[in-house]
Amino acid sequence: MNTQVSKLLKCGVTLLAAALTAAPAICNAQDKPIRIGLVTFLSGPAAGPFGVPAKIAAEAIVDALNAGKVPAPYATRGFGGTPLELVVVDEAGGATKQVTELRNLVERQNVDFVIGFISSGDCVAVAPVAEELKKITILFDCGTPRVFEDASYKYVFRTRPHATMDAVAGAMYLLENRPAVKSLGGINQNYAWGQDSWADFTAVMETLKPELTITTSQMPKFGAGQYGPEISALLQSNSDVIHSSLWGGDLEAFMLQATPRNLFTRSQLILVAGEPYLHRLPGSIPDGTIIGARGPSGVYAQKSVLNDWLRTIYKERAENYPNYPAYSVAQAFLGLKTAYEKAKAQGALGTDEIIKAFEYESFDSPSGKVMMKLGKGHQAVTGTAYGTTRTVNGQITVGNIKYYPVERVQPPEGVKSVDWIKAGMKPGKW
Amino acid sequence: MKRDPTLPILIAGSIILLALGPFLPRWAMFLINVSLCYGIVVLGMLLLMRTGVVSFGHGLYYCLGAYAAGTLDQVFKISDMAVMLVAAVIVTALASAALGLLLRKYRDIFFAMLSLAFSMILYGLLVKTSALGSSDGFNVAASKIAGITVAGTAVDRYVRYALTVVFAFIAGVFMHKYLNSHMGRLAEAIRDNELRVEYMGASVRNVIHVNYVISAVLAGIGGALAAIAVGHIDPEMAYWTTSGEFVFVGILAGTGSVLAPLLGAFIFETIRSFAYEYSPNTWQMALGITMLVVIMFLPGGLWSLFTRKRKAA
Amino acid sequence: MAQLLAVLIDGLIYSSWLFIIAVGLTLIYGVMKILNIAHGSLYALGAYSAASLAGYWIRQGYPPMGSYAVMVVAAILVGLVAGPVIERGLLRFMYGKDEIVLVLVTYAVFLILEDFVKLVWGVDPYFIAQPYGLLGNFTVGDLTYPNYNLVLFGAAVFIGVVLAWVLTKTRQGKMLLAVIHDREMSAAMGINVGRVYFITFTVGAMLGALGGALTAPMISVQPGIGAETIVLAFAVVVIGGLGSLPGAALAALLVGIVRSAAVHYRPELDLFSIYLVMAVVLIMRPKGLFSAQEARKI
Repeated sequence: MNTQVSKLLKCGVTLLAAALTAAPAICNAQDKPIRIGLVTFLSGPAAGPFGVPAKIAAEAIVDALNAGKVPAPYATRGFGGTPLELVVVDEAGGATKQVTELRNLVERQNVDFVIGFISSGDCVAVAPVAEELKKITILFDCGTPRVFEDASYKYVFRTRPHATMDAVAGAMYLLENRPAVKSLGGINQNYAWGQDSWADFTAVMETLKPELTITTSQMPKFGAGQYGPEISALLQSNSDVIHSSLWGGDLEAFMLQATPRNLFTRSQLILVAGEPYLHRLPGSIPDGTIIGARGPSGVYAQKSVLNDWLRTIYKERAENYPNYPAYSVAQAFLGLKTAYEKAKAQGALGTDEIIKAFEYESFDSPSGKVMMKLGKGHQAVTGTAYGTTRTVNGQITVGNIKYYPVERVQPPEGVKSVDWIKAGMKPGKW
Repeated sequence: MKRDPTLPILIAGSIILLALGPFLPRWAMFLINVSLCYGIVVLGMLLLMRTGVVSFGHGLYYCLGAYAAGTLDQVFKISDMAVMLVAAVIVTALASAALGLLLRKYRDIFFAMLSLAFSMILYGLLVKTSALGSSDGFNVAASKIAGITVAGTAVDRYVRYALTVVFAFIAGVFMHKYLNSHMGRLAEAIRDNELRVEYMGASVRNVIHVNYVISAVLAGIGGALAAIAVGHIDPEMAYWTTSGEFVFVGILAGTGSVLAPLLGAFIFETIRSFAYEYSPNTWQMALGITMLVVIMFLPGGLWSLFTRKRKAA
Repeated sequence: MAQLLAVLIDGLIYSSWLFIIAVGLTLIYGVMKILNIAHGSLYALGAYSAASLAGYWIRQGYPPMGSYAVMVVAAILVGLVAGPVIERGLLRFMYGKDEIVLVLVTYAVFLILEDFVKLVWGVDPYFIAQPYGLLGNFTVGDLTYPNYNLVLFGAAVFIGVVLAWVLTKTRQGKMLLAVIHDREMSAAMGINVGRVYFITFTVGAMLGALGGALTAPMISVQPGIGAETIVLAFAVVVIGGLGSLPGAALAALLVGIVRSAAVHYRPELDLFSIYLVMAVVLIMRPKGLFSAQEARKI
């Protein structure tokens, strides 16, 4: 390569960085629509069951809002008449990367609000950064109670309940339907979500049924995909119940490998987060499996105008009906819209005013009423539901659905989940 | 003979960065901050590469440094940046001194894989430890520096940024001097032909051990600075893909000068950040293609762009 | 006693899987001295192709037994296409360079193929359940195992035996061994090293893809499966000794049984088990279990 070309290259490389840093600043000079940053998994194992359904739902909702075609009380165009613009960012890459990307989203892409984060690790990491950036950030899907139990935030909201209720309601449902349960085994992914799910579930079970024996706790690596030895261990443990918070591809692989080996003729299975993939597992998920949807969403969403609306707009863009992440993202948008319009009606649209409007609000969503009652008004609560699978005409459906009101399954304000469970899960005053 | 411009460039670069800091948009300051943290780690990789060994497990020290800083805050409620950095240095120095005793006997792929194994063992240990947040990690609030509270003030971001620039400068100067010293030249000799070095009386293993410890301490400093800058740490820092990134940035940047890792890390972070933004569905492909282009047309790494002129005649 | 038996059987099944995915990698490294990170992508490509083709086959109503052949054919096709493209199209130009640069090249290829797979197949997982359950089960004590695992075991043994025979008994195989031993000398002796490289890489790619194809019925084929298998394959290859076929077999066996024992007796050690084995083996035998003696140039 001759020196002239290399000189050009050298100049080019040094100018490239400068140009790239300058460009977005110029582009964002005029911004009339409200820009909402959506952070969701677009790659990796969480994309299929959670990330992409959330994105599809978000796009459908934004289009419907901009066209003013949402049922009451959300019939105003966009937010208070101003149209919305969606900026989508991939949540993959880990918590540290997400902290960087949040800063870019807010400071370089100049979004007005952020809705995002499915992974608990990312939620915990970005919350303080959102506070520093003073940007309203709505965590829409992550489950860890830690966000608002370990700290308080002004700018961070979560419009879906946290994961404690999955364990509490699951255990209650199990004991109501199978009171004679004596032994419990588990298979969960060996990372925070799996560890916490198992810890919560065993804590609740031990409180509700102290004479229960824990047989084995299998903790395969996240993404292991091969569960031969684990299934053998579970078979040999002869547990009455097997608890699992597996999701996505890992859940499918586990079901594919375990069902032919008759694990579930021996043990009752409870899948705490099994709902997103119900439509994919006919034949591989035995009838009688207890399924959770982390809330009264997806298959457990009760019939309502809003529910029908979400199902319709989602089905237009995807092959299936919306699963619970889609409902979670709907809650985020509708909750924000409610707060925005309330602030606008009171005459001031600053960030502080919107925050004030958002705190302690209640709003309707496709999965029912959402109340921002925990975390000093920043953490949502709803009830939850559990059901049992049965195959009807080759399709998996859920029957024997039971709904649990929030006071039975969530710790009240100021009480940490761990402590509440140990103390007997007394319903708080709501 | 031309005078080596490295030191003046380091000095000038640091001064410019420090002066420009307050005028840069915050996300740019953050980007430079994070990439310099990376750059410090890659400086350590540079030293090892010049010694002829490649470690695929430096995430171990990066993570140890970060967790040393984080544990001080989380467990002992000490959130002073100066103390965190000192802790990071001590912890990584001790760990690498111990592990180095074993690793210095290995070369090539075995060195790489053994170092990888140790970093993955740390990863596994951290994921199992729910007191440290397991795979979620935890937030690190480094609010003071040498006793002066910084968090919440207007200069908060700038102080972290400046701290990293200063450390990058110190590391760069140190590495430059080291590489030009007796030990540095010995390292290159080892890379070229170990046996001859032994025959000439120097202890190859000692040199490798010392260089390993130095590079580990640099990685620890980088990790602690990253914890201070980002405010969050998690076990991913010890995962083999993180270590792999350090190696790749090192090769991409080239081993020509101590400026190479710092600049290379910045370019890598920038490209990755923009690839994320502009092609959220194909950023991996974009990164891969960029890497291939650099490898094919710039075999000496990106740094060779700047040294081409010297190859006259 | 029953548990010990379970440990052994589970261990053997897992070892078979490990062997199939590792053998291609050790072959490529042994001959070309390239640590092929893209091996993970080839595994993923094999899995996706097998899932797609076999899924199509079954949906069209063809006899399900044929789906096995379809899976193998899918893997061979992937190897025949991807192997030459990568080797001739890219690696060929990089041979003179430093080993580490070649690793970087294969890493770049891995990144590109990861997104390629995502672009072609999307982010939703694929699965084909029928081939797994088709052959029925066998029972040992109070444990049931699908017979498909026997297929896996059989395939591993078959591949091992065939490769061993080809390498030691055929002329081509012996030339390959010669190149593994000393590339320069082989070239000096008239062996067409470039062609050996080409054949090796293609065969290695096919084996990687075959690993994916055979695994596809047992798992859910989703983005990211490539990355998970790379480290496992590497660990097995390094433990066994780079370029050694019997080494890979023994290493796979060792890792498989240790992991199986960990899962049954101490499940919390599962995460570490492979790295512990690697660390222990490398400490005791620094170049892996079966490492060739190498002459060092002075």
